[in-house]
Amino acid sequence: MAKDDNSGKDLAAADSSGVGHEGAPAGTAVVVRDAVANPGFPPHRPRVTDLDPSAERRAERTVYTLFYLSIVGSVFAIAAYMAFPIVPEDPGSVRTNNLFIGLGLTLALMAIGIGAVHWGKALMFDHEGIDERHPVRGSEETRSRAVEIFQEAGEESGIGRRTLIRNSLIGALIAFPLPAVVLFRGLGPQDDNPAALLSHTMWKKGTRLALDPTGTPIKASDITLGSAFHVIPEGLQDLEHGKLEEKGKAAVLLMRLKPEDLNELPERKGWSYDGIVAYSKICTHVGCPVALYEQQTHHLLCPCHQSQFDVSNHCEVIFGPAKRPLPQLPIAVDSEGYLIAQSDFTEPVGPSFWERH
Amino acid sequence: MTTIKKPKSPGGRKAGRRHPLSSVALIAIGLLFTGGAYAAFSTSTASAETSATSQQTIGEGKKLFAANCATCHGLAAQGTGSGPSLIGVGAAAVDFQVGTGRMPMQMDGPQAQKKAVQFTDEQIATLAAYVSSLAPGPGLPEAKLLDEKGDAAKGAELFRINCAMCHNVAGAGGALTEGKFAPSLEGVTSKHIYEAMVTGPQSMPVFNEMNISPESKRDIITYLKYLENNPSPGGYALGSLGPVSEGLFLWIFGLGTIVALTVWITAKSN
Amino acid sequence: MSTTTTTTELVETKKSDGLTAVAANYIDERTSISTAVKELGRKIFPDHWSFLLGEVALYSFVIILLSGSFLTFFFSASMAPVQYDGSYVPLKGVEMSAAMSSSLDISFDIRGGLLMRQVHHWAALLFVAAIGLHMLRIYFTGAFRKPRELNWVIGFILFILAMAEGFTGYSLPDDLLSGNGLRIIDGMVKGIPLVGTWISYLLFGGEFPGEAIVGRLYSLHILLLPAIIVALIAMHLLFVVVHKHTQYPGAGRTNQNVVGYPVLPVYAAKAGGFFFIVFGVVMLMASLFTINPIWNYGPYDPSPVSAGTQPDWYIGFADGALRLIPPGLEFVWLDHTFSFNILIPLVSLGLFILVVLIYPFIEAWVTGDKREHHILDRPRNAPTRTAIGAAGVTFYAALWATASSDIIATHFSVTMEGVIHTMQFLTIVGPFIAFFVAKRVCLALQKKDREIVLHGYESGRIVRLPGGEYIEVHQPIDEYERWKLVSYSDYKPLMIRPNAQGKITTGQKLRAGMSRWFFEDRIEPVGSAELEQSHGDHH
Repeated sequence: MAKDDNSGKDLAAADSSGVGHEGAPAGTAVVVRDAVANPGFPPHRPRVTDLDPSAERRAERTVYTLFYLSIVGSVFAIAAYMAFPIVPEDPGSVRTNNLFIGLGLTLALMAIGIGAVHWGKALMFDHEGIDERHPVRGSEETRSRAVEIFQEAGEESGIGRRTLIRNSLIGALIAFPLPAVVLFRGLGPQDDNPAALLSHTMWKKGTRLALDPTGTPIKASDITLGSAFHVIPEGLQDLEHGKLEEKGKAAVLLMRLKPEDLNELPERKGWSYDGIVAYSKICTHVGCPVALYEQQTHHLLCPCHQSQFDVSNHCEVIFGPAKRPLPQLPIAVDSEGYLIAQSDFTEPVGPSFWERH
Repeated sequence: MTTIKKPKSPGGRKAGRRHPLSSVALIAIGLLFTGGAYAAFSTSTASAETSATSQQTIGEGKKLFAANCATCHGLAAQGTGSGPSLIGVGAAAVDFQVGTGRMPMQMDGPQAQKKAVQFTDEQIATLAAYVSSLAPGPGLPEAKLLDEKGDAAKGAELFRINCAMCHNVAGAGGALTEGKFAPSLEGVTSKHIYEAMVTGPQSMPVFNEMNISPESKRDIITYLKYLENNPSPGGYALGSLGPVSEGLFLWIFGLGTIVALTVWITAKSN
Repeated sequence: MSTTTTTTELVETKKSDGLTAVAANYIDERTSISTAVKELGRKIFPDHWSFLLGEVALYSFVIILLSGSFLTFFFSASMAPVQYDGSYVPLKGVEMSAAMSSSLDISFDIRGGLLMRQVHHWAALLFVAAIGLHMLRIYFTGAFRKPRELNWVIGFILFILAMAEGFTGYSLPDDLLSGNGLRIIDGMVKGIPLVGTWISYLLFGGEFPGEAIVGRLYSLHILLLPAIIVALIAMHLLFVVVHKHTQYPGAGRTNQNVVGYPVLPVYAAKAGGFFFIVFGVVMLMASLFTINPIWNYGPYDPSPVSAGTQPDWYIGFADGALRLIPPGLEFVWLDHTFSFNILIPLVSLGLFILVVLIYPFIEAWVTGDKREHHILDRPRNAPTRTAIGAAGVTFYAALWATASSDIIATHFSVTMEGVIHTMQFLTIVGPFIAFFVAKRVCLALQKKDREIVLHGYESGRIVRLPGGEYIEVHQPIDEYERWKLVSYSDYKPLMIRPNAQGKITTGQKLRAGMSRWFFEDRIEPVGSAELEQSHGDHH
């Protein structure tokens, strides 16, 4: 219960350093023997509104003016809803709609808030009250009664004596949630193995390289020096199902460098065509599209975590958290001059996973 | 002057050291290599290529070039240790680099930056005429491709796939490696956007017309101009930088205002 | 007979106060609400600006619930592909998920829809930020000490749940930015040994991105997580009532009382008004400032990405941790891939979270103090705790800043590699520097407090004594101000003593070591004898 303040005469002896209740050990706390005494509450300082009736009237006026202003704000918001409709295909109308409804509501809310707080601060009785604290733990009687209740319940149910009942119940309680774990298996398709799915993409021998997003096949002669083409396998756009899943694995970046700038691994001779190379666009770190190609330095940068890959050195990592080079797609040219894949990627693309080896 | 270096062909370097006719040899090799390669790999976009440029304009351009560009790019635009060869880069490259003030470069840095344009439009045109007279290259875009009346939705899709990873989805720009960056596209003229796509200035890859057709380039420009002409429907866009600027704004303005108000609420009224 | 009685009662009630009284009587006879009013109506709450931070969090949550309910009426949590046919021209005819399309419709075809989306998102950012600031206040003032340790744990779980709410909500529109965010989550999950591939497979209902994730996140976002949050908030507040609020040291305040304003009317006016103020500030931001412009990002597609792809601020620390890892930390052993470039951030952040979660118990174990603490510490009076906090904040801030390494690079014209290397250094060394500096600053401030208590404030007035000596006059402080400076709990390092078997256990040695580390450097509060003596010196 709140009492009026300035009644702290009995406080002087109280120790502030935290004796909650008798007997609680203080640990390594130092109890200062000659601690300075608590001086009790400072004298109450009256407000201007307590002393000056005109100030009080002014405060009152401010408060009700604010509440009226809030009504104005609400009405304004409703009016704005009607006065600033959204005109199809005109984003400017969305902007004014958003702005004016919002400003009306802001006024409605802020005015209530500031008015109420001002009322509380300037006009309401401002003497502080005091509540007494009691230890959080229950009193000794309460605690012993609680213990008793448990004992009685144990006695009456016989849970301590009838051990077979108890143990079988524990067993049953452990077993019953287990089917839920199995049920969660159904979150993913039942018959697939994720590691196997991750290990192949839509690319196969003879698939033409096509432009993202149109799906137009690309001729080797289309690609000039310094170009970067964003590539998908031909036919991806026509897939009925799983378009994004396939694209998420098959997206490729095609670049043309001067052949002498390319430093190819011996086992990958023949994977490029006249300086044209194709690399997976999916970062080997956590899978963002790596597509920032700097045609002067031949560096590829991932915008998510800043891994950098050197295209002239078979996309090895030169900076950032990724470890593995971007997988290369072996390419060739078919009889009509179109770029085709020689095969699928020879390793899983994208982020590493446990089963990868 | 500039750090943009193209590796020189080893043959060229040897010839240069040994022979007094080095520059002639260099031009010949440069012409063969760059121009030839360009002609071989690209069906030229140079439809607007200056058929009307008179020999006189080219001559004036050559003089301007000698006075302002030759220090780095060589007297015959063949390139030097401090600047790449300009043979075959076309009028579009000149118009972009000089027209946005990137060239002539004033100081060394990770990349040439936009600044006040140093030449008049006519001067730029004569420079462009001179450079494009050296070897065929991408010419200035036709006006109908710059009318900003294409398909914004197609343009937006192409922009997201080909451009947004460097320039950000709203064209606000972004970081590249080693201090380089993709600049903001706000306020860049349609012509310069087109020329940049065609020529691939500095780090930017080239987007030839087989990759993004002239009409598609028009769509992309249409989209960028749509963004520029229609301020964000949600209100001030905070630089269109995404969650970083939003978070910073929330902490500083949002929570800052609220904390200031809590101090007011709990301060004793006087 | 009974009729008469009823009539009399009715008449009496009517006489007493009319409609309000009748209504109150009606409710009380069915709910016993008078008991609640009696118990809580005049309950005292101390007043301090920092005590309102938790309220900011609570109010943001209410705002989120209100605006979020509106959004659910229009949002379609489906990844089925549709052709967008709404008002926003640059996306017309583009194939996208129903989720993205309905989010665009909320933004462009429903009046006030964009406003509600922006209110929801700004309030969400504010929610997590306010919890964070509230936690810092609790930590640095020692409000987590007995009897409030469990409430700290509940609050910290709420912080984690708020982040989960935020992330699930951020992913719902299925735009390019959030789709790449999910892509990163997928990549991280796949990096977990043994179960990662399967967890990702089950989470996404097959291969990434699949057509399931938005619907699944939606039921988490609007059903499961909010239900748990509401329940935990209820517990959190219940404990605040049971424990009664803490208070800062001040004249007249003791560990056995709580001094402040009663719930009715002052606290209700202030706290109630504050709800509208917080709502107003959020509304102002939503009407003037764009947040999450999904129309710029476009629909998710695994091929494109935007420069500056970042999560919302509260996930930034995790994204930053991923960016900080140097190259090459991935190995193939025993036919399996060990992705330490993902495991190191996961494990270190997990440990960081664990330490924060159990900190109250660690400190209680070190001090061995079993008393209740209702008077807050001024941060300087617990130098080691404050220093640990400063180190933690620095660690978090370094991770957080790293998440914007690319934006720092472009906006301050420095190299991205340089930013990353600097942040790698700061993440590891920064906390040590912060610990040292904060501890020294605390001790210095404590010394200054002692100085002020014993000798008063420096008045800046120089006086020449008759003997020719110049002194500066010190202004003594009044006893009320002094009390704030002298009343704090002080601990000394633990002395190890052998136990009953005459042995010193490892646990004890550890505790003694920790205790020494905590309390080796200590400044004792001024005692009355000392105070008397100093007065003697001066007068």
